[in-house]
Amino acid sequence: MAETSLMHTDQMAARPAGWRGIAADWASDQRAFKNVSWGKAMMWIFLLSDTFIFGCFLLSYMTARISTRVPWPNPSEVFALRIGGSEIPLILIAIMTFVLISSSGTMAMAVNFGYRRDRRKTAILMLLTAALGATFVGMQAFEWTKLITEGVRPWGNPWGAAQFGSSFFMITGFHGTHVTIGVIFLIIVARKVWRGDFDVGRPGFFTSRRGRYENVEIMGLYWHFVDLVWVFIFAFFYLW
Amino acid sequence: MVDVTPADAVPPAEVGEVELYHPHSWWTKYVFSQDAKVIAVQYSATATAIGLVALVLSWLMRLQLGFPGTFDFITPEAYYQFITVHGMIMVIYLLTALFLGGFGNYLIPLMVGARDMVFPYVNMLSYWVYLLAVLVLVSSFFAPGGPTGAGWTLYPPQAIMTGTPGGQDWGIILMLSSLILFIIGFTMGGLNYVVTVLQGRTRGMTLMRLPLTVWGIFTATVMALLAFPALFVACVMMLLDRLLGTSFFMPAIVEMGEQLQHNGGSPILFQHLFWFFGHPEVYIVALPAFGIVSDLISTHARKNIFGYRMMVWAIIAIGALSFVVWAHHMYVSGMNPYFGFFFATTTLIIAVPTAIKVYNWVLTLWRGDIHLTIPMLFALAFIVTFVNGGLTGLFLGNVVVDVPLSDTMFVVAHFHMVMGVAPILVIFGAIYHWYPKVSGRMLDETLGRFHFWVTFLGAYLIFFPMHYLGLMGVPRRYAELTDMTIMTESAHHLNSFISIMAFIVGFAQMVFLFNLIWSIRHGREAGGNPWRATTLEWQTPETPPAHGNFGKELPIVYRWAYDYSVPGAKQDFIPQNVPGTFGPSREPT
Repeated sequence: MAETSLMHTDQMAARPAGWRGIAADWASDQRAFKNVSWGKAMMWIFLLSDTFIFGCFLLSYMTARISTRVPWPNPSEVFALRIGGSEIPLILIAIMTFVLISSSGTMAMAVNFGYRRDRRKTAILMLLTAALGATFVGMQAFEWTKLITEGVRPWGNPWGAAQFGSSFFMITGFHGTHVTIGVIFLIIVARKVWRGDFDVGRPGFFTSRRGRYENVEIMGLYWHFVDLVWVFIFAFFYLW
Repeated sequence: MVDVTPADAVPPAEVGEVELYHPHSWWTKYVFSQDAKVIAVQYSATATAIGLVALVLSWLMRLQLGFPGTFDFITPEAYYQFITVHGMIMVIYLLTALFLGGFGNYLIPLMVGARDMVFPYVNMLSYWVYLLAVLVLVSSFFAPGGPTGAGWTLYPPQAIMTGTPGGQDWGIILMLSSLILFIIGFTMGGLNYVVTVLQGRTRGMTLMRLPLTVWGIFTATVMALLAFPALFVACVMMLLDRLLGTSFFMPAIVEMGEQLQHNGGSPILFQHLFWFFGHPEVYIVALPAFGIVSDLISTHARKNIFGYRMMVWAIIAIGALSFVVWAHHMYVSGMNPYFGFFFATTTLIIAVPTAIKVYNWVLTLWRGDIHLTIPMLFALAFIVTFVNGGLTGLFLGNVVVDVPLSDTMFVVAHFHMVMGVAPILVIFGAIYHWYPKVSGRMLDETLGRFHFWVTFLGAYLIFFPMHYLGLMGVPRRYAELTDMTIMTESAHHLNSFISIMAFIVGFAQMVFLFNLIWSIRHGREAGGNPWRATTLEWQTPETPPAHGNFGKELPIVYRWAYDYSVPGAKQDFIPQNVPGTFGPSREPT
């Protein structure tokens, strides 16, 4: 990876202090971020843009929730499951959150083993991450089914503000789509790792570009982002 | 050319891979090309084609306004459809796509000294998704009920109700889908532009040596990546309102005597989302124009740009400020007076960095060796037009002045001057300037001068009288302006005059298109650097530049982009890739 790092250019020596130094750093020769590859930079900027999308979704939901004149359904009751004769609030959401956060852990381990060139462990951990992600989406589908059978629709529900159902399906649906796309790409990258594409520098099918083990980390960035977004959805939709 | 030896150059790791997607057949060279230059031409051609549709729509609108009651086929519904699609095409599918997809793709890699965009495959997808978005938009003309007639702002609740053309038909659905596709396509391209500027520059090209064209396009792209999400979300939510019957934007409402199913939504929420995108959009269109015009003026006045550093910071400041002014489009929507105060203040503060830019352009011209070439004429016309439109912006930024002027022709005149005519003048100037690089031949000079004078004077004759009509109280968005006490006889005459000028200016654009096509074969041979300019795109070994842009060795940059008329130098320009000191350069250190 030495070639992607440009830490020692002549510009570094004569760097002014304070804000001018920061500006000079950013503006310096060839690369604004010296040891960041193109792919990683692109993923970070995409995630920044995606943050604005989720931000707008959540702000719109909050606007609807605080401005509605009819009662908002109580999430603890709506999202409760009856297990062993007692209602346990938010139990399914708690399990889903646990599963997704755990998948971030396996993803981080996959990145670690990727940089150690351990193909087998990397691929297995990525597939495990994908499996946890798929489990999450599965539980999401179960939750949707449960709510739909109870009469929640995008245009209304039995308990109060119509925006409850519309926001719920829209936001969790959009997030679930992100997770699903992530699962698909995890499987694709895991296959490349397994086959040794990153060791032999095999050109990509569409892009003709040779992959590197850094692709695992870039995949991980996306995955952690999707997790982080879920934390916000969990806090603002379910716990509020 | 001076021989440069790449002593300790560290080439970016990915550069060696340019051969991997080298075109191997006619299809991959001209159609599914991953070369940013081909993609740029594809973007520009598509944007021009859809722009012609918008031009025809504006003619139809002017027919109706100038000669009311004469043309039976222009019903009020049709008029609203023309207005809506004209606005949408011009702002998004033409200006945004042409500046960022067209000029961005062509100029960024060449000007920063890169082989190509960082991810050419994604860049190619960007164009094809954009084309799909355009086709979806065009298809709405052939759908039952025609395109949407909701106005280009698509305000709910009327946008999805029965009385609005396309509201309960296909129109609004296709419009929103097309916008969603456009945003997806743009994001793929935009990520490329940003990463190429940040991480893909050649040796010696610090950010503070970038030509201002790149600074303008780069900042506009960053803004677009942060502003388009709001439009994306608004489109998704309105699509759900229309298709699934949700009530994000729809309050309880009675339509045709019937209570609709919607309940409790907020139309104002849509306006906030829309204008959080919509106001940065103004500068997404303006900043590339600012950047390009700086380079045109400097090159054709043979003088370094005045206050380069300030120009860069002004671009960044305008970009940042434009995210906190959006509600000045909503003064009449009703909001807390303190918000009006806040948004009026931030709006007027934007006048400071823009004024810095205008002063610096004028000071660049001051005592310059001004060549009145066609690009220079367009650049000068831009400055005048932009100052004009900017000054009426100060009127409209103030709440108390805006409220009576809002929804009059004054607003139409203002935004056409400042974000319609002004950026399009820059686009024309830029095409006359860079056409020789793209095609290897010059555009015809006589036709060009005819095109310039008719367009420039004609645009003023169209939009200047509109200010006056607006101050009289003539409303915008009315399909019929007859039988109103406001519309005096002289106002009617003025309206007819505006319409006739609109046809003449539109005709001049046909001359321009003819020039574009004719000069590909018959234009004068341009050579590699006809304007004797300093920036890297003029220093390529071949013209038009081949795949990979710079031959075997990437250029090394030794100076900023504005070493014109340096005392002591042999020529009145020193290209960026020429080493050595020649005299007192004005490059900021």
